Amino acid sequence: MGVVMMLVGAFVKDQRLPKYLAMAGLTIILAANCLELHDGFPFKIFQFDVKEMLLVNSRNLIFLTVIFFCTLLYFMLNGRDIEKVGSSVSEYFALIFFVLCGVSIAATFNTLLMLFLGIEIISIPLYILTASDKRNLKSNEAGLKYFLMGAFSTGIMLMGIAFLYGGNEMGTFYISQMHLGIGKMPPMIAIGLVLLLISMSFKVSAAPFHFWTPDVYDGAPTVFTSFMATIVKVAAFFAFVRLFENSFGTIQPQWQTLIIIITAATLLIGNLTAVFQQSVKRMLAYSSIAQAGFMLLAIFALNDMAKEGLLLYAAAYSLASIGLFAILVRMKDYTIDGFNGLAKEQPVLALTATVFLLSLTGIPLTAGFQAKFFMLMAAIQNNTLTGHHTWLVILAVLCAAISAYYYFRIIQAMYFKESNDPEGQVWDVPNSFKTLLIITAVLIIGLGVLPHKLTDWLWYDARFN
Amino acid sequence: MESLGIRFTELLIWFPLVAGLICFIIRDERKSRNWAMLASLLTLAVSITSLFYPGNKELNGYTYGFEWLKSIGSSYSVALDGMGRLLTFLTAIAFPIIFAATSKTTYKNANAFYGLMLLMQCGLMGVFCSMDALLFYFFWELALIPAYFLCSRWGGERRIQATFKFFVYTFTGSLLMLVGIISVYLHTSGTASSEHTFNINAFYAVANMLKPGEQNWLFWLFFIAFAIKMPIFPFHTWQPDTYEQAPTATTMVLSGVMVKMGLFAVVRWLLPVFPQAVLKFDNIIIALSVIGMIYASLIAIKQDDLKRFAAYSSIAHIGLMCAALFTVKQVGVQGVMIQMFSHGINIIGLWIVIDLIEKQTGTRKISMLGGIAHKAPGLTILLVVIALANIALPLTNAFVGEFMMFTGLFKFNVWFTAIAGLSIILAAVYTLNMVQKVFYGEANSLVAGMTDISMGQKMVLATILILIFVAGVYPKPFFDMTNEVVTNVLTRFIK
Repeated sequence: MGVVMMLVGAFVKDQRLPKYLAMAGLTIILAANCLELHDGFPFKIFQFDVKEMLLVNSRNLIFLTVIFFCTLLYFMLNGRDIEKVGSSVSEYFALIFFVLCGVSIAATFNTLLMLFLGIEIISIPLYILTASDKRNLKSNEAGLKYFLMGAFSTGIMLMGIAFLYGGNEMGTFYISQMHLGIGKMPPMIAIGLVLLLISMSFKVSAAPFHFWTPDVYDGAPTVFTSFMATIVKVAAFFAFVRLFENSFGTIQPQWQTLIIIITAATLLIGNLTAVFQQSVKRMLAYSSIAQAGFMLLAIFALNDMAKEGLLLYAAAYSLASIGLFAILVRMKDYTIDGFNGLAKEQPVLALTATVFLLSLTGIPLTAGFQAKFFMLMAAIQNNTLTGHHTWLVILAVLCAAISAYYYFRIIQAMYFKESNDPEGQVWDVPNSFKTLLIITAVLIIGLGVLPHKLTDWLWYDARFN
Repeated sequence: MESLGIRFTELLIWFPLVAGLICFIIRDERKSRNWAMLASLLTLAVSITSLFYPGNKELNGYTYGFEWLKSIGSSYSVALDGMGRLLTFLTAIAFPIIFAATSKTTYKNANAFYGLMLLMQCGLMGVFCSMDALLFYFFWELALIPAYFLCSRWGGERRIQATFKFFVYTFTGSLLMLVGIISVYLHTSGTASSEHTFNINAFYAVANMLKPGEQNWLFWLFFIAFAIKMPIFPFHTWQPDTYEQAPTATTMVLSGVMVKMGLFAVVRWLLPVFPQAVLKFDNIIIALSVIGMIYASLIAIKQDDLKRFAAYSSIAHIGLMCAALFTVKQVGVQGVMIQMFSHGINIIGLWIVIDLIEKQTGTRKISMLGGIAHKAPGLTILLVVIALANIALPLTNAFVGEFMMFTGLFKFNVWFTAIAGLSIILAAVYTLNMVQKVFYGEANSLVAGMTDISMGQKMVLATILILIFVAGVYPKPFFDMTNEVVTNVLTRFIK
């Protein structure tokens, strides 16, 4: 497993040159992943005896590849800023690697225990990272808040798992062996399911369990917010979908209503609240809730299209948000007015930020559109098969239109307003940073025009597994 | 011949894009303007040449496609049929006229301005040529984004709010349409490589498979998107603000060409796909259109700002076209075809005149102007002709179209025709009123400094006049061009 490598990587890095080591480590993992995916390669690197507690198939691997790639990009864009946060640089990198380890487990889990382990390994380092700006009161408050709320949700999750263990006839933790049957749902299972649903919704910050998100995202150092809001969130979603697909897929009609309510609430609350934010960082926090609402459509639909869409969504959303956060880190002023006149001073930053924002809005020719498109398609397809929830799709679409409002406010500020700070709003911007941003933007457009590079990979895999 | 046909479509869509991107690189203002002019003229040349290749007898004329998103069955397939040819021609001819007419205007970052204009042209061309629903949606949005930037960057004082309204309106509409497209898509039968397909013929085939209930709500999803674009009462509120605030060159594109996207899309995607729903809701749509016509005409009478005046008069005209489309009568729809072209030309002419007046006097207020005829006789003559075309006097292009549309409407329902007929009278009232107040009467101090238009401007306006009269006296080529498409669409309504 990639886990081992990452653990090794984490320990080695406790010495010098953490940044470069981190990048190198990641590159190795990435390469290993790609090799594993490639059919012609003679060895299977990740063939360990894990008693089938973990399941490594191509979809999971592709997902992890996407995640690792995004993290690599994140390191490259934000490496210097991570170093600025505090003194114990190597610990930050190590913690991030622990999170990645958790992500790997959560993405490949095959038993509920592994799911729990994965989620915990993701969460605990994050508590620390959130509070890592030790002299900042807000950061500490956010860390504590996150920890308390997180502990609650963990407890709920464990309870849910216990109920499920006791409730299923096979008496097993293995998600694929629970055989919950079709049509009936004993109370034990129902309780377990609801508890798991609540805790997972908490992790992906779906309404009404989202209250921690804005405060934590706002309080945490911006570089780590970027990490939490993108990679971690997407990973949690992936686990969410896998859990519900494999263990509760057969009894979908019973819990679909719950998901619909959660989805609708998340979309509405995320989007409507984002409209009123003045701070871009807080706005992005709410927008991440809103985007979560869109990703929840995948759980609502739970068909092939949805899984494919989720992957695209993961890539599109992570790329765009990482880029946007990276730019935000360089800003002196986090309010929307702080972006005024950016186009004149830093045309490259403004242009790439525009591409990211367009992608988040879901304008065609960007990856964000393709992602939303697949999600909508999945949801509508599900609709034509099971009941009539067209209003949910329409609601999602209207929310996307609302999101245009707050994303475009930034574009307006950058291009159509004059700067009010004569000294410029941006810290120094090295050329390498600009180049990376441009690469990210090109990737987003590339995925928007030719998404099948990613999806064909999946279809290919679907045929062979 | 076939391969040549392919090249036309390709050139029409992608040449403006490439030219636009090049334009971004050119730093010099003059050079970028000349380049944009040259590029648009070349596009026009391609478009004119394509008119002489009437295409084969098959339904789609020139088609060309390759698999784009194979797994979901969307392909890059474009074609030029009669209707497409007419509208690409309108697009192609509009841009050189616009560039020439506004060549005196200087823009900050002119290269970006002209670049975005050309990108918009690419989007428009794509919309008119797409034979794949997803591709159509792509181009539909591609035309919108440059418009948003153009208006917000170079527009008037209240540009940001106005453009924002415009953007949010149209974006909402587009997304609803996207839901509609996907829903129809899921009903299509598949191809070898995918379960379903976005191909236009597959969409047409769906028409008979949809249940009436489904048709009904899908119809509205599409119609709202198109109605916002056209715009039809009550979705029109973005339009006067945007037209007023956008830079004049962009307003010309918006009103001359872009609103035709809505009408065009109704013929291409709405009527053939949801015939039963169309027959069910035609009364409501026509009633809305007619209300819009009267309402907009009445407001136009009261307008003091020339730009808003032209905007409301445009709403009234579009309303008639929409009403005629939903009569689904051959004569009415044919009338819309020719009127789409005529209205494009006329409204651009009107904007040019307004722009010239504003440049010289510094105001657009009808009440502050007067007696321009004494100072600028040339301009006045040209304007009067355009104004007469605007109220559809015989011999002008608009007469042919309006006459046919009213005939179609009459066949549909006499009462609607009678009420809609009022708008002709109202149009005469507001147009002549405007002409009288602005051009005749005593010249005041603002107008005193005016000079007549230059030779170049005369040439531009003369081109428009020629188009007005040619289409007015000899409209047959236009009918021949679109006849086949219209017949094909309407055969779906004959039981």
